[in-house]
Amino acid sequence: MERLNQTFTVSIFTENTIGMLNRITIIFTRRHLNIDSITASETEMKNVHRYTIVLKTTREQIDKVVGQIDKLIDVLKAFVHQDDEVVHQEIALYKIKTTELKTNNVEQVVRENFAKILTVDPEFIIIEKTGHKAETQVLFEKLKPFGILEFARSGRVAVTKPMKELSTYLKELENN
Amino acid sequence: MKTKELKITGSEAVIQCLKAEDVKTIFGYPGGAIMPIYDALFDHLEEVNHILTRHEQGAIHAAQGYARTSGKTGVVFATSGPGATNLITGLADALIDSTPLVCITGQVASHLLGTDAFQETDVMGISMPVTKWNCQVTNAEDIAPTLAKAFYIASSGRPGPVLVDITKDAQFQAVDFSYKKCSSIRSYQPQPKLNVEQVQAAANLLNEAKKPLMIVGQGIMLSNAEEELLTFAEKSGIPVASTLLGLGVFPAKHPLFVGMVGMHGNYAPNVKTNECDVLLAVGMRFDDRVTGDVSRYAKQAKVVHIDIDAAEINKIIKADAPVLADAKEALAVLTDLVEKQNHQDWLDEFHQAKQNELQVLSKNRNKNFSDELRMDLVIDLLSQKTNGNAVVVTDVGQHQMMAAQFYQYNQTKSNVTSGGLGTMGFALPAAIGAKLANPEKQVVAIIGDGGFQMTLQELGTMMQNNIGVKIIILNNGYLGMVRQWQQMFFEKRYSFTNIQSPDFVALAASYNIKGQKVEKQEDLSNALDQLLNTENAFLLEVKVAKEDNVFPMVPTGASVAEIRLQ
Ligand SMILES: Cc1ncc(C[n+]2csc(CCOP(=O)(O)OP(=O)(O)O)c2C)c(N)n1
Ligand SMILES: [Mg+2]
Repeated sequence: MERLNQTFTVSIFTENTIGMLNRITIIFTRRHLNIDSITASETEMKNVHRYTIVLKTTREQIDKVVGQIDKLIDVLKAFVHQDDEVVHQEIALYKIKTTELKTNNVEQVVRENFAKILTVDPEFIIIEKTGHKAETQVLFEKLKPFGILEFARSGRVAVTKPMKELSTYLKELENN
Repeated sequence: MKTKELKITGSEAVIQCLKAEDVKTIFGYPGGAIMPIYDALFDHLEEVNHILTRHEQGAIHAAQGYARTSGKTGVVFATSGPGATNLITGLADALIDSTPLVCITGQVASHLLGTDAFQETDVMGISMPVTKWNCQVTNAEDIAPTLAKAFYIASSGRPGPVLVDITKDAQFQAVDFSYKKCSSIRSYQPQPKLNVEQVQAAANLLNEAKKPLMIVGQGIMLSNAEEELLTFAEKSGIPVASTLLGLGVFPAKHPLFVGMVGMHGNYAPNVKTNECDVLLAVGMRFDDRVTGDVSRYAKQAKVVHIDIDAAEINKIIKADAPVLADAKEALAVLTDLVEKQNHQDWLDEFHQAKQNELQVLSKNRNKNFSDELRMDLVIDLLSQKTNGNAVVVTDVGQHQMMAAQFYQYNQTKSNVTSGGLGTMGFALPAAIGAKLANPEKQVVAIIGDGGFQMTLQELGTMMQNNIGVKIIILNNGYLGMVRQWQQMFFEKRYSFTNIQSPDFVALAASYNIKGQKVEKQEDLSNALDQLLNTENAFLLEVKVAKEDNVFPMVPTGASVAEIRLQ
């Protein structure tokens, strides 16, 4: 039922003002909600920024949170989506010893997982994999036996499947 | 309005902005980081009045009292660091009670930001959760547009407090000044467009209703919808109940008025919330002190919720017919769409229950405290002597709830109390602000012995500015409301609720304020006359029964239908 925790992707479009991230996150903090990942960047429109926040909570809770985010003065619009309503991606970087590449079948692992090698240094190589979290996690497990020196995964970036263009939306706001 | 350009300092620009916004009174306290602004102010005292309070908390509560009784935006000045942090309680209070304020704080010079400079605090960070909007200004040229935005945001839509933090270097900088009022921000839609279909859906429910009940909140006052409410109520014949902050938006003497809802509200409107077939909520937000156990709140009723704030709709109670709109506009349209009706039998049930409630309460009190003075007697008599027309400012505790129950608020903007935050110490400074906004009106502050001691330093503000607030201290020798809970729910273990007080009358005298203390029922009437007839300030201390309790009461966790009369 409603109480069940699900993964939600919250997309927030804002003006480019100082403190925006703080304004947004305190709304989650107030309700004792933990954010799984967060990314921020400029959108296709100058001075409009996009925050993508992923978290697990209930439908009831997230609707109220998004209502309160939407109410923030510098927020243009906030949306909440379930996983099947967005196309999303994360990027992961894995650093392993170059010697491993020679002695073991790292190459095969890279091929099988549609990953790519970004750089080869005399001492280490960096592998990059984009995909859903589960996919980057699979590669992580596979590379683990070779010894992962360093690992970093980004937060989710997401675009929604059905959506008006942001510019149309902004025009509506301005004409209101 | 656009004023012509000329080069002035940032500080001077601040004052010019306030003048352009027609600000007549500022409440504040100076200090290092805001000195340039105070210096600029010194040249404009003919046009702008400034009230020096005794604490920044006093300044902001005074601005709240001013705003809530005038409908204008309250303005506060404070310095950086401790000056700004002393505003936080007032900001939180104003945010939760939707009070329009613009607070201007001085900040250390911009090159010192983040360096732990003297009196530097992260005011932006600290005030963010307790403001509707805040902004830091580090360039003089940003002062005018930021303040224009601040006044617009504070007063539009659902009002709230805004803080503008101005660095000292920006205050000194020279700038070409021109002021343009702000009237729109693309990311902010304060006035939702009324959707007539939503109103029609609400009207359909109301036209079918046999036992409709309306609960009105402060939103009526904030949207100036008092007249629309009256017209609507009289046409639809729906009984009108009020939240704590809604008291006064509908005259208490009106036959359709049935009292207050909530934890210490009246019996009938609480019980009948769970009996009505349609519940019409206007400009209120279903606070937990109103609903009691939400899972057993108005389950049988279809709910119509009119509110200007989209985030409030369905936040606590799911609305069958939500109307996202300004109350004034919505009620006007709704009046056209509802049929003229009369629910006399249903209404009579409320009035009979009220009589019964009053009888039970006074019977119990007469039995327990036969010849002692009591809060209910004081407030009832005050209400009669002022015909329910005074501006009544209350603090937080038993006396607050007694005032809500026994004062017959007949005027809008006449009820000032800290509702959402429940801030003890609110009343004295808020009453100062209320009096400054309404010099011709009788302004009475009703305060507990505990709460009075939280901000009593503001007697100094009254003295220095000759502010004629009438103070009634209802002294029960206890932090009464907490003691009542200890009695009811903690086996009478009175842990730190017994509180000693100074000689309040002597204290007032030391501030050159007249006063009197009464301990006997027979002295009350004369003492109240003296309080009301004194032109200047007056402090009346009333020794009331020590262990009286506020009833009716919906205990925490109970449903509104389980309200207790004793
Ligand atoms: C700043 C603050 N601290 C504590 C409380 C908790 N509190 C609520 S009512 C109350 C007692 C108030 O005592 P008093 O002012 O004497 O009023 P009474 O209840 O006796 O009428 C207290 C301590 C509060 N509301 N505000
Ligand atoms: Mg007391």
